[in-house]
Amino acid sequence: MATATEHAPSHTRQGPKLPVLEREKLILNGRSYHWITERICGVLENRQPLLWWLLFLPSALIAMVGVGLGLTYLVSTGVGVWGMSNRVFWGWDITNFVFWIGIGHAGTLISAVLFLTRQNWRTSINRAAEAMTIFAVMCAGIFPAFHVGRVWMAWFLAPIPNANAIWQNFKSPLLWDVFAVSTYFTISLIFWYLGMVPDLATIRDRCKPGLRKMLYGIFAMGWRGGNRQWSHYEMAYLLLAALSTPLVLSVHSVVSFDFATSVVPGWHTTIFPPYFVAGAIFGGFAMVLTIMVPARQIYGLHDVITMKHIDNMAKIILLTGTIVGYAYLMELFVAYYSGAKYEMDAFKFRITGPYWWAYLAMMSCNVLSPQLFWFKACRENLWVVMGVAMAVNIGMWFERFVIIVTTLARMFLPGDWKSYSPSWVEIMLFIGTIGMFLALFLLFLRFLPCINIAEVKWTLKESDPHHDDHHDHPDHGTELIPAYQRELHGKPIVGPDN
Amino acid sequence: MSTTRKRVYGYLAEFGSASALYKAAEKVRDAGFRKWDCHTPYPVHGLDAAMGMKRSILPWFVFFGGMLGTATGFGLAYITQVEIYPTVVQAKPANIFTVPAFFPIMFELTILFSGFTTLFGLLALMKLPRLNHPLFASRQFHRATDDAFFIAVEARDPKFHPDKTRSFLEEIGGKSIELVEEED
Repeated sequence: MATATEHAPSHTRQGPKLPVLEREKLILNGRSYHWITERICGVLENRQPLLWWLLFLPSALIAMVGVGLGLTYLVSTGVGVWGMSNRVFWGWDITNFVFWIGIGHAGTLISAVLFLTRQNWRTSINRAAEAMTIFAVMCAGIFPAFHVGRVWMAWFLAPIPNANAIWQNFKSPLLWDVFAVSTYFTISLIFWYLGMVPDLATIRDRCKPGLRKMLYGIFAMGWRGGNRQWSHYEMAYLLLAALSTPLVLSVHSVVSFDFATSVVPGWHTTIFPPYFVAGAIFGGFAMVLTIMVPARQIYGLHDVITMKHIDNMAKIILLTGTIVGYAYLMELFVAYYSGAKYEMDAFKFRITGPYWWAYLAMMSCNVLSPQLFWFKACRENLWVVMGVAMAVNIGMWFERFVIIVTTLARMFLPGDWKSYSPSWVEIMLFIGTIGMFLALFLLFLRFLPCINIAEVKWTLKESDPHHDDHHDHPDHGTELIPAYQRELHGKPIVGPDN
Repeated sequence: MSTTRKRVYGYLAEFGSASALYKAAEKVRDAGFRKWDCHTPYPVHGLDAAMGMKRSILPWFVFFGGMLGTATGFGLAYITQVEIYPTVVQAKPANIFTVPAFFPIMFELTILFSGFTTLFGLLALMKLPRLNHPLFASRQFHRATDDAFFIAVEARDPKFHPDKTRSFLEEIGGKSIELVEEED
C-alpha cells in the first residue's frame, strides 16, 4: 500500500485526493515567449490606431494652450491672475499639486511594494503605472514652482544661500516637500528606466539597422541578457524596490506635513500622514485603471492584462477607499471628542457651509462608490470598474479641494472670511495638465514598451528552471480546482485577433 | 580595402528551454569553464547557483552610498541652520536639539544617494554602457532578448578548445552551435 510520503501512480493511491485551488494564470491562452514579445512590441511598432490620434491631438493641443499659454500669461502678468487674495492663498494650485502627486503614488507602490511582497500580477501593469507616476509628478511640479510667484526665484528652494547668505529653513515642511518630491521623481525615474533596459534591448534587437535601432541601442546600453548581468540587475531592482517602499510612504506623509504641522483647524491632525498615503494609493490605482483598461481594449492585451489583474486592483481600491472613509469619519470624531471649538466649527462648515456640495462629492465618490467592489459582478463588469475609477479620480480631487479651500476660507478671524472661486487661468492650467498627462502617456504607449516584457515572460510556468521536474514527479495526491478565470468565462478568453 | 582580420570570440549554443539551459549550465560549471555566460530573455532564478556565481556585491556599495546621504543631509541642515546662519523662524530654536526637524531631509537624501549608488554601481558591475559587443555579430543572438536561451563560451577561457568545446556543447544538448567572430 502506498503511503503519503512516497510517490505512487494515481491508480494505486488509496484515499481521497486533496482539493487544491489551481494557481491563477497570469498569461492566458498558453501564449509563448515570442507571442508576448510580438504583441507588446507590436503596440509601438505597428501603426497607431485612429483612436490614438483622436486622443493625442486634442490632448497635445490642450496641453500647449493650457500649460503653455496659461503659464506664459501667469508669469508675464503676475500670480494674482490665479484669483487668490485675502485668505485663500492656496486655491486650486495646491489642490492640483496634491492631486497629481497623489496620482503618482500607485506607480511606485505597484512596482516596489508588490515586488517586495512577491505579487507576480504586478508585472503586467507596473511599467504603465510607473510611467503614470513620472508624468503625474511632472504635472504636480508645475503648481508649486509657479505658485511661488516669481518663478525665476524658484532656485531659492534649492539648498544654496541667497544673496544675503541666508539659508533655507530646514525646519520647514515646505522645504521637506522640495526634497521629498524631487527625490521621489528622481528615484522613480531611475526605477522606471532601469526596469525598461532589457525591454529596450528587445526592441533594439527587432529593429532593422537605422536611426531607430541606434536610438533604442543607446538607451538599451548594450544589454545582452547575460546571467552575469541579470544577477546584478535583479539585485539592483530589489534594492531600488526596497528604497522606494519607504520613500513612497514618506512623500505623501511629507506633503501632509505641509498641513498637519500648522495650527490651522481642520489641518492640525495626526491622522493626516496615513490618511494622505492611503488616499494617494487609492487615487493612484483608480488612475491606473482609468488608463489601462482602455489601453488593454485598444491594443488587445487581454491575455497579458487579465480580469484577474483588474480584479486585484479593484480590491485594492476597495481596501484603500475604506481606509479613506475611516479617516474621514475619524476626523469628525476627533473634532467632536477633542472639544476644540474651532476644530468642530471647521468641520461643521465643511459639511453644511457653502461648500457642502464639494464635501458631498468627496464622500459619495470616495467612500460610497468603491463599496460596489464588494460584489464580484461589479469587479467583473468593466463599465462599472471604469465608472468607479472615474468617480474616485473626481472624488480625490474634491478631497484636496475640501481640505484646502474650506479651511482657508474660514480661519480664526471672521474679518478674514472670504468665499473662494477659481479664476479662468487656474481652470485653464488644471485642464492643461490633464492634457499634458494624457499626451505624455500616449507618447509613452507609442515609443516605449508599455508592459514589462521580460518580467511577464518570467511569470510563465515554463520559465521555472525546475518546471520539467514536476512532470517527472507529479503529485497524485492533489486535485486541482479551477481558478477564478475559468469560472468566469467557462472557456479561454478570446482576444480581438484570434 | 577590406582586409579585416577576424578574431574568434567564442561559441554560442542554443538550448530549448530554461530547464535545459539550467542543466547545461551546471555541466559547463562542472567542466571548469570560467569565461562564459548564459543569455536569457528574462532572469532565470536559480541560474546563479547553477553557474557557480557569487551573490552580487552591489548592496555593499549602496549601504555606504546611503550612509553618505544621511551624513550629507545632517551636515547640510546642521551646518547651515546651527553653525552658519541660525535663523529663528516662529520662535523655533536652532541648536543640536532641533535635529528631529532635520530627519525628513536626512531620510530623503539617504534614499537619493542610495538610488544613485544603485544605478552607477550596477552599471559599473555590469560593465555597461557599451554599444558594441562581439555577440551582436551573431546571426541568432537577437533572439536572446526574445525567446531563445544561449550559452556563450568565450575563447579567452583557458579551457577553450576549438573542437573539444564544440563537441562538449553538443554533448550537453546545445543546438545550432555558432562560432562567433569579431573584427580585430
